[in-house]
Amino acid sequence: MHNFEFVKPSTVADAVQALAAEEAQPLSGGQTLIPSMKARLNAPEVLVSLMGIAEMQGIRHEGDMLEVGAATTHARVATEAAAAFPGLAGLAAQIGDPAVRNRGTLGGSLANNDPSACYPAAALGTGAVIVTNAREIAADDFFLGMFTTALDEDEIITSVRFPIPQKSAYGKFLQPASRFALTGVFVAKYADGVRVAVTGASENGVFRWSEAEAALASDFSAEALSGLSCPADDMIADLHGSAAYRAHLVAVMTRRAVVAAS
Amino acid sequence: MPRVSMKVNGKPMAAEAEGRTLLSAYLREGLGLTGTHVGCDTSQCGACVVLVDGAAVKACTAFAADLDGAEVTTIEGMANADGSLGRIQQAFQDYHGLQCGFCTPGMVMSTAALLAENPKPTEDEVRHYLEGNICRCTGYQNIVRAVMAASGQDTTALAAE
Repeated sequence: MHNFEFVKPSTVADAVQALAAEEAQPLSGGQTLIPSMKARLNAPEVLVSLMGIAEMQGIRHEGDMLEVGAATTHARVATEAAAAFPGLAGLAAQIGDPAVRNRGTLGGSLANNDPSACYPAAALGTGAVIVTNAREIAADDFFLGMFTTALDEDEIITSVRFPIPQKSAYGKFLQPASRFALTGVFVAKYADGVRVAVTGASENGVFRWSEAEAALASDFSAEALSGLSCPADDMIADLHGSAAYRAHLVAVMTRRAVVAAS
Repeated sequence: MPRVSMKVNGKPMAAEAEGRTLLSAYLREGLGLTGTHVGCDTSQCGACVVLVDGAAVKACTAFAADLDGAEVTTIEGMANADGSLGRIQQAFQDYHGLQCGFCTPGMVMSTAALLAENPKPTEDEVRHYLEGNICRCTGYQNIVRAVMAASGQDTTALAAE
């Protein structure tokens, strides 16, 4: 790994200032960034750790909204969100393995937008608001394709506001070697509708399956999905599964998530 | 080069670390604690797991400088004060929970984290918790047995696969 200057600010303002340096990059839990730096896919001159910023840590429950600090680890969400939003806690508990969950963070996962990561499904599947140092971005406008988001250079996610659904669950078909989702579906039922977000399947990253949303809005049951299939056109095809296989998994995981949420 | 300080196995320690110095390198090369093994160095095998402020962490996937001031427990901190094997280590020996032994430091540290959270785990919970620790020798059966024994539970009921 190439060497770099390491800085660890204690406020968002100081982090933003540090990121203004040439070739500076933010570091959250590092569970993706550090391996990619070892592989020299990434070689920042300055690495700005976001793990020492108190205002980016922790979980706040207010009415039907759960706000999670962007530097909060998956392990913490898995335990501390369990009472208020079990669907989100259940998703966090399935990311990686225990050691990864003790370091990896919500903000890091969303900013990286890996097409097979779990958290983007929860953010898009709830219509969450991504709060940055500069603005608030609706999840529907945030994910712009594989490893691409609406974040500007040097913009940091500081927290995410999740509207708490009446019912929700995450159906994950595990890719057992990487522990990413081979396909994962987050289903959330609200008073005014249902959202279904799919990760791990599309070449364009996380997406909403609108046909399933419409079917579930009138009848929130696995039976309501019978006969529905997701088109395989844009699906990822690799040695783990063909495009058609992933399209099939989307329907299966959606049904399982609905059953788990019921 | 900046100095990074940590409390390691209960003792204050310090060593120089570049920005890129991984916790695994800091422990092994900076502090001479070579019990933490680096297996894959790609975050997959779990041989390098140590406890950072009580939580299991892959030492190859964290920068030492990011953990300045942390409390770290490594395999060297798992023995009893008189140097005899600690409870988890003894169970791994008694139940033949290792063959080549390379993955064992990580297995023992993950087990320590598990039992701190969940003192009497079921077999399924043990297997689930250790899913980030890869062993290429044992087939895991005796590792699970050792963890169950270390938690004071009967191991005779475990499936004899």
